Amino acid sequence: MATDKTADNADDALSTESADVMRYESAWQRVRRSWSVRIGGCVLLVLLFIAVAAPWLGTVDPTLFDAGSRDLKPGQPGEIITLDGDTIKHTFIMGSDSFGRDIYSRVIYGTRVSLVVGAFSAVVALAFGIVLGLVSGYIRWLDGPLMRVMDGVMAIPAILIAIALVAMFRASLLSVIIAIAIPEIPRVTRLVRSLVLTIREEPYVEAAVSLGTPTWKIMFSHILPNTVAPLLVQGTYICAFGILVEAILSFLGVGLPPDIPTWGNIMSEGRSQFVTFPHNVFFPGLFLAATVLAVNILGDGLRDTLDPKMARRA
Amino acid sequence: MSVAAKPAAGAGPVLEVRGLIIELPKGSDRKLAVDNASFSVGRGEIVCLVGESGSGKSVIAQSVMGLLPKQLPVAGGSILLEGEDITHAPLSRLRQLRATRMSMVFQEPMTALNPVMSCGEQVDEVLEEHTTLSPAERRAKILETIREVRLPEPERIYASYPHQLSGGQRQRIVIAMALILDPALIIADEPTTALDVTTQAQILQLIRDLQARHGTGVLFITHDFGVVAEIAQRVAVLRLGNLVEFGARDEVLKRPSHDYTKMLIRAVPTLAPVGRAADPGAPVVLQIRNLSKTYIDRGWLTKRREVHAATAVNLEVRRGQTLGIVGESGSGKSTVARCVVRLIDPTSGEVLLGGQDIATLSASKLRPLRRRVQIVFQDPYRSLNPRRRVGEAIIEGPLNYGLSRSEAIVRARKLMELVRMDPASLERYPHQFSGGQRQRICIARALAMEPELLIADEAVSALDVSVQAQVLGLLEEIRGRLNLAMLFITHDLRVAAQICDHVAVMSQGHVVEYGPASEVFLRPQHEYTRALFAAAPGRDFAFSTDPR
Repeated sequence: MATDKTADNADDALSTESADVMRYESAWQRVRRSWSVRIGGCVLLVLLFIAVAAPWLGTVDPTLFDAGSRDLKPGQPGEIITLDGDTIKHTFIMGSDSFGRDIYSRVIYGTRVSLVVGAFSAVVALAFGIVLGLVSGYIRWLDGPLMRVMDGVMAIPAILIAIALVAMFRASLLSVIIAIAIPEIPRVTRLVRSLVLTIREEPYVEAAVSLGTPTWKIMFSHILPNTVAPLLVQGTYICAFGILVEAILSFLGVGLPPDIPTWGNIMSEGRSQFVTFPHNVFFPGLFLAATVLAVNILGDGLRDTLDPKMARRA
Repeated sequence: MSVAAKPAAGAGPVLEVRGLIIELPKGSDRKLAVDNASFSVGRGEIVCLVGESGSGKSVIAQSVMGLLPKQLPVAGGSILLEGEDITHAPLSRLRQLRATRMSMVFQEPMTALNPVMSCGEQVDEVLEEHTTLSPAERRAKILETIREVRLPEPERIYASYPHQLSGGQRQRIVIAMALILDPALIIADEPTTALDVTTQAQILQLIRDLQARHGTGVLFITHDFGVVAEIAQRVAVLRLGNLVEFGARDEVLKRPSHDYTKMLIRAVPTLAPVGRAADPGAPVVLQIRNLSKTYIDRGWLTKRREVHAATAVNLEVRRGQTLGIVGESGSGKSTVARCVVRLIDPTSGEVLLGGQDIATLSASKLRPLRRRVQIVFQDPYRSLNPRRRVGEAIIEGPLNYGLSRSEAIVRARKLMELVRMDPASLERYPHQFSGGQRQRICIARALAMEPELLIADEAVSALDVSVQAQVLGLLEEIRGRLNLAMLFITHDLRVAAQICDHVAVMSQGHVVEYGPASEVFLRPQHEYTRALFAAAPGRDFAFSTDPR
């Protein structure tokens, strides 16, 4: 891109401005080239596929049980009774638990809960955090009180807040998501607030002020778009954390009811006979670890590519 | 100062660079950072390496010190320090040479010093590493060196932390650190660029004196031809990695042979004012009366602190006129500009815009008036929202004032032509443009509001000298064509001389001198103004005025 303006003047041609302007890759191009993003993203896509296609992956209804097929080792054949009362032959790829339920089906269906909880707790935490962060970054008199409340929330361990909140309401998917999201809101708020405080001093925001742009428009069209990258990264960490906390809540028996198959529930039920039948804990644990790892790798990749300071150093 | 420095008996040049080639990483805008550069620095000689941004001058400095990052490998040529080839010297050898035979003075003294170590300790570190002196001897030597760089109260300075010193004092400490082991070569990478002009003059004098006394060779990197005229004995001119000219100072500055050097020197603004006389019939666009801005720092448990950023400022700009506000950093010149745009609220006084006081107007009453004053900021890289297209930036203002989108786009296309940019650029993002182009876009954005007053807050300070000349020319042309009033804020006297009709000199929040540019420049009355002019680098030097 040599000078695309009128370079009729010899001076203009000699000026360093006439040199090619460095072509920066767009953020999206950089993201796509990152191996962390590729690996993390692929694993998550596979998990997403598993969650969506759960009924067609050789599974049976995860709530079905058969007293004759209790405590089968992985790979053993057995029988299972459907809701209609028919008995069908079924191979228990991951074995069965002490009720005679198919662990494979439960783990596969459990993917749904984990991904939904992870994604939605991140969305809820980000939504509230963004609004509160914008407010405290822009409306200065609200900043003090709001941030002290956030400090208070942050002083209590996240898992304790989550347990207390789930205990207060009936345990459902919604209440679990909210219970996981609330302790994360202060962290997002702080992040957004610090970003707002830096960005509002940028000359382009001051230029918008002098162009007569109303404050709400400055917030949403100038400030918010420039916080997307760090928020995306933060979102992945909340997602990973949400998946873990959901599993912990279920494991402790305060999460979703035991009839809903979640990885935490499966592990919780398998705990008592862990020594004789470790597969009850092993398979859901493997899925949980893989999912959290994938989300975190994706987040690391996004941070490395989206944060311009990090990109420069690479 | 003799031009050809006499080398010490029996010794060749301190530094010799022969056919140096340094590669850039793949995917850069060009292949080589430095392409076949050859020059030398004699004993007791100051050689200036001059060039615009991206010319590779800092890369050369880093290659000599062995500080090049891995992505920039030396692909050819050699670097000889006192005859020893150090091009591919191992790190252990470089470590021995650094500080003892060659040392470096950096641009930003605040970041070159460790903020949690006292200045004395930091200098001491150098001595401890490279000498066998006892602690008492080291301390004595450090105090002596601190005295030599003319810092007051060496004992106190020894114990001070960097943040307790001024910018100039910090740079003196960095110079003391570079000098303490009496190296044969000092590389100074833009050592005065971060400093105010009066401090710069002192530091340049200091470097010259010390260099003459110790017989040190100095490789001085700068982009400022005033500084070159002031300090250099020989000059090397770099353009995009190519060394286009190398010769004695007077030869290069007065009889440049390469077109690029000629262009650069032509672009250096002269100190002779070009201001036109005021037209008393022109309507007053902006009148500032007794404007003051006081910052009150009210910590929760700390003592109340007041900072008077601007005190009782009185100024006036008429249509078609340019008023320059000149001053060093912290003089309050930007505070005044920001009060006029109402980015900050003045503490007291009046800002009359066409007779209406806007100093205390509420935000809603101010909004219809905002379009009449527009501002162009210093940093072209931060003045445009990186996530919005250039076109969106330019039409944002008109849309706010009720223009339809299609009308606004038509206006934006016209403005792009006015600032000599391709209207197709409206579809692009800011990162696709160079600094000068971005500044043009910012000017177009300001003009889209059809303002009566255009404020340029150090609008050309971040630009290279050739680009600076282009943008200055553009501003001048626009002011004339649209008959605008302009408030031009700068720390650079040369720039002020080129564009201002009237000049106000500010110091510590006060306007110390105010009048027609010709009066202020040719017959400065106030002591501070005189000091400021005396400090302007290269003021007595007659640059080549050779037409192309």
